[in-house]
Amino acid sequence: MRYFITPALLIALKDLYSEWRTRQVVVTMLIFSALVIVTFSFAFDPTRQAVEALIPGMIWVITVFAGILGLNRSFLSEQKQDQLHGMIVAPADPASIYLGKVIANYVFVFVVQAISIPLLLILFDFQVPGDYGWFLLILFLGTFGFICVGTLLSAVSIQSKSSEMLLPVLLFPLVTPIVIAAVEATRIVLAQDASISEAFSWMQLIVVYDLVFFVAGFLLFEYVLEV
Amino acid sequence: MIETNGLSKTIGEKTIVRPINVSFQGAETVAILGPNGAGKSTFLNMIAGLIKPTSGLISFHGNALKKDDYTLKEKIGFLSHQSFLYDYFTPIENLIFFGRMYKVENVRERAKQLIDEVGLKLFQNEPVRSFSRGMLQRLAIARALIHNPEYLLLDEPHTGLDQQAVSILNEVIKARQKEGVTVLMVTHDFQQVTDTCTRALIMRNGRLVDDLSISELGQDTLDSRYQAVVKSS
Amino acid sequence: MDNKNSIFRFLIPSKGYNILFYLAIPIVIMALYLTFIWSPVERTMGEVQKIFYFHVGSAWNAFFAFFVVLVFSILYLVKRKRIYDIIAGVSAEIGVVFTAIVLATGPIWAHSAWNTWWTWEPRLTTTLILFFIYIAYIMIRNMEGEWQKKARLASVFGIIGFINVPIVFMAVRWWETNLHPVVLGDGNEQSGGGLEPSMLFTLLFTVATMTLVYFLFLRKGIYIEQLRLETSKLKAKWQEKEINREAS
Repeated sequence: MRYFITPALLIALKDLYSEWRTRQVVVTMLIFSALVIVTFSFAFDPTRQAVEALIPGMIWVITVFAGILGLNRSFLSEQKQDQLHGMIVAPADPASIYLGKVIANYVFVFVVQAISIPLLLILFDFQVPGDYGWFLLILFLGTFGFICVGTLLSAVSIQSKSSEMLLPVLLFPLVTPIVIAAVEATRIVLAQDASISEAFSWMQLIVVYDLVFFVAGFLLFEYVLEV
Repeated sequence: MIETNGLSKTIGEKTIVRPINVSFQGAETVAILGPNGAGKSTFLNMIAGLIKPTSGLISFHGNALKKDDYTLKEKIGFLSHQSFLYDYFTPIENLIFFGRMYKVENVRERAKQLIDEVGLKLFQNEPVRSFSRGMLQRLAIARALIHNPEYLLLDEPHTGLDQQAVSILNEVIKARQKEGVTVLMVTHDFQQVTDTCTRALIMRNGRLVDDLSISELGQDTLDSRYQAVVKSS
Repeated sequence: MDNKNSIFRFLIPSKGYNILFYLAIPIVIMALYLTFIWSPVERTMGEVQKIFYFHVGSAWNAFFAFFVVLVFSILYLVKRKRIYDIIAGVSAEIGVVFTAIVLATGPIWAHSAWNTWWTWEPRLTTTLILFFIYIAYIMIRNMEGEWQKKARLASVFGIIGFINVPIVFMAVRWWETNLHPVVLGDGNEQSGGGLEPSMLFTLLFTVATMTLVYFLFLRKGIYIEQLRLETSKLKAKWQEKEINREAS
């Protein structure tokens, strides 16, 4: 634990502090998600009926695309001066580097979601019916699964010279279950006649996915990190 | 005591380091010399635990270096080609981050003291990204020393340093030597070798070709010995 | 002399390959005979139905090939033997080819059975995603850098790619039944239960034949990889010799 939780938190805090200093990644992600919202409203005429069908998909398109921007940077910032090598020789479990990065990446995406999703709802004049709790839970579970796989694959793709191109190609096919399940669950929760029980099976699927890939990331990260 | 046993590394089809058996005792300061591509850095990186050996063992005081032996890793200080430092952090923040990774107590004081020692006190609150190569190297040396390592591994520590910084570094190395720290240093700078080191290893084509004691040699002889060993084929 | 020996060693295909090869010829002819002449023509779909034997055979082989990738990826990470990496890579390539056959024959089947080229049917959709996953796997293998790095990263991806497959299948199946509840039933032709005995026999025979062909391809692929490796080693040796000659 001593060589696991502490380094993980240190790395996460280091990333958050660095981001606080520069505000490069999150600001870019925010601008990007605002552009996605605007582009969507041009591409699909946001009339009353269409909105309800559109919102769940848009929420996850914003999360996934803005998330990829952040994931691309996540390990690139550790490569300039081989800082990642510094972490490998440090007395820290390789999985703690993974955990730290997952936490930091999750927080970045969370900040983007916290600003862009309310903005989306306001611009499309959409009222969330009923309980916010389930919606937020689905948002958390889906994003977590996406970040788990994304962080692992980001560490894979930075070892290529064309990492920005490689990451989406690696990541999208693997996150299809998350995209399908999260969009469906969000659709059910945000429907006017929402019946939560229908979303449960989707949420179970997301939880299984989260667990499988969090554990996989944990176990496989040391192999990705080797020099 | 550091001991390697049949340590070798193959990258791609190329054998970078051929099986090396060598041991370093107590307060030795050992220079690793050799032409470019001799495998010096790879050898050092393997001892630091950065590169996984293709075969062979490394042991510290009879304990084999394993990937999950973190107490052993806490005792190794490693200066690489790259500084490992974060651009947007100040020297203090950089040292505190790495100090905490190594669980150093009173890390802020320790960081300040080291920044003093390498002569960067004036710049301690400037972000590192505006630093020159030499200043970065000074800070990188401080970073390697933050946790008072028992084994110090330096990869070309003198590159980019001015005359004053070189003498600071030599003082630092000599001070650690007195404390009983084992120092391994990959270098091309013969002057510094004769100034600070007690022993020199010469590598060529991934092999350890010579192992000599500096105290028994002057600079001329080290130089001629080196030339003779490297040229012969 | 040593070099020459090793060249000849690799130029002669192994005995195992020869046995597989000569075994495969009559069996493949037999399978073609069974499919096109012996087995009866299906009543509603006519000749097009015969594509089904190859469709199912390719699908089974694709999954099998990717399972082999998983097994040898794990073996590589544990043992770090180059041969495991080669087997995983060759198997992935063959798997992608079989997946492409599934994706090509699927729409032909769909067009004559349901009068639409593509349906988001769970098996077909999962196969499509599988295709993308292993294209990505091959992209990792084609990265620049030394083989150890590529093998390590590809192995990691080969493992998570395969454990993703059942989750994708579940997700797509639920999604499909939620969105298009009655586009098609649970394809009774594909369960095997509703098949004419002679059709079932032909199906099993073609699946077995294609598995044999898979192993033939695998053996050949490994052989080609080894040949390529040997060539690059010889080239490196020759270059080194030339450089040394010039230096002296």
